[in-house]
Amino acid sequence: MTLPDDYRYLSELLNRSSGLYLGEGKEYLLESRLAPIAEQFDLPDVAALVRRMREGKDPLLAQAAVEAMTTQETLFFRDTSPFKALKEHIVPALLPARRAAHQKLRIWSAACSTGQEPYSIAMLLATLTPAVLPGEVEIVATDYSPKALVRAKAGLYSQFEVQRGLPAQLLVRFFQQTPAGFRIADEVRKYVTFREQNLLLSYGLLGSFDVIFCRNVLIYFDRPVKRDVFDRLAAALTPTGFLLLGAAETPYGVSDRLVRAACQYPGIYVRAPASARASLGMAEGALVA
Amino acid sequence: MKRILVVDDSAAIRKAIRRIIEPLGFTVDEAGDGQQALTYCAEWGSVDAILLDIDMPVMDGLTFLRQLRGLAGMPQPTVIMCTSHNTMNNIEEALALGANEYIMKPFDTDIISSKFQQLELM
Repeated sequence: MTLPDDYRYLSELLNRSSGLYLGEGKEYLLESRLAPIAEQFDLPDVAALVRRMREGKDPLLAQAAVEAMTTQETLFFRDTSPFKALKEHIVPALLPARRAAHQKLRIWSAACSTGQEPYSIAMLLATLTPAVLPGEVEIVATDYSPKALVRAKAGLYSQFEVQRGLPAQLLVRFFQQTPAGFRIADEVRKYVTFREQNLLLSYGLLGSFDVIFCRNVLIYFDRPVKRDVFDRLAAALTPTGFLLLGAAETPYGVSDRLVRAACQYPGIYVRAPASARASLGMAEGALVA
Repeated sequence: MKRILVVDDSAAIRKAIRRIIEPLGFTVDEAGDGQQALTYCAEWGSVDAILLDIDMPVMDGLTFLRQLRGLAGMPQPTVIMCTSHNTMNNIEEALALGANEYIMKPFDTDIISSKFQQLELM
């Protein structure tokens, strides 16, 4: 069992290094995530692992522990609704103007974990009629965890993973079966660029995006961090861009820089117009900061 | 309540699937091979979905699927293969014969509920 003091130490470390806010009563999560790390480092249990971390002499151990605590299990086409919105509303709304201007549609999969989300987006674009070609779109997939990114780039999934959310028709079309598992095809992989990115740090180097998927991450952040991330995601959107959040996430009451998009799909937000923000007593011009 | 027919020659597998899908709010019926499943469909008319094994005595799953999809005048159920035939060729063959989805054994609750959600059964 994790002692209350160990739990507090791990919660603070997690919050400091990744912004994630664990809250009360998630001891079971730490136990299940950290026990394999303790074993890997030849330590008898999680309490011994925390003792070693507190000594501060083993940065590899600390990194492995933080990664184990932050890596999210993801599935292909998680929730279906955002992908439906991308297909039926967002791509038709934005792509014609990008095509006319010979510019790429830019999509950011923030906190992409082991790659299921960006590859799902790529498969969806490849199966549209007419298909959105790799040269017409750039999917930038980022994650905080280098370990998750290694897996994402490899694009190799177990039999269990390819059966969670992925239609069988897409499995046979876009994956090769190998002795090590199911490998995503190069024609999907070439839509996606992977980069390491901590959501707490500047997004300046990533550029601006027509679409941002940032799903099921912000629920783990505390309110001030959430506000900061929402504000900076809004700033990273193009004026006509869309932000897609998880079902349990909303900027309402946290950030005034985002408003619900005028469409039938849930969880989709756009930048708040400057006039709306001014009427809420906010300074004009701050929106484009 | 939606009705699911589980077709598998292993009583243990049928029981395992029943334990997963009954709590999701489905009525579950069972058949031990393709012939029993055809008889069931003739008596019941149709069901909402069929979970279908391939290797079975009397009539295998793919033969049943071919005959089912050839039946005229019956509402066609969603068919999800559930089998240890785990190659891409197996999957392609089943999809070509009219299967809607494919589950490779071993499966767990997440896989079955994920497939049911994809097919809008729940």
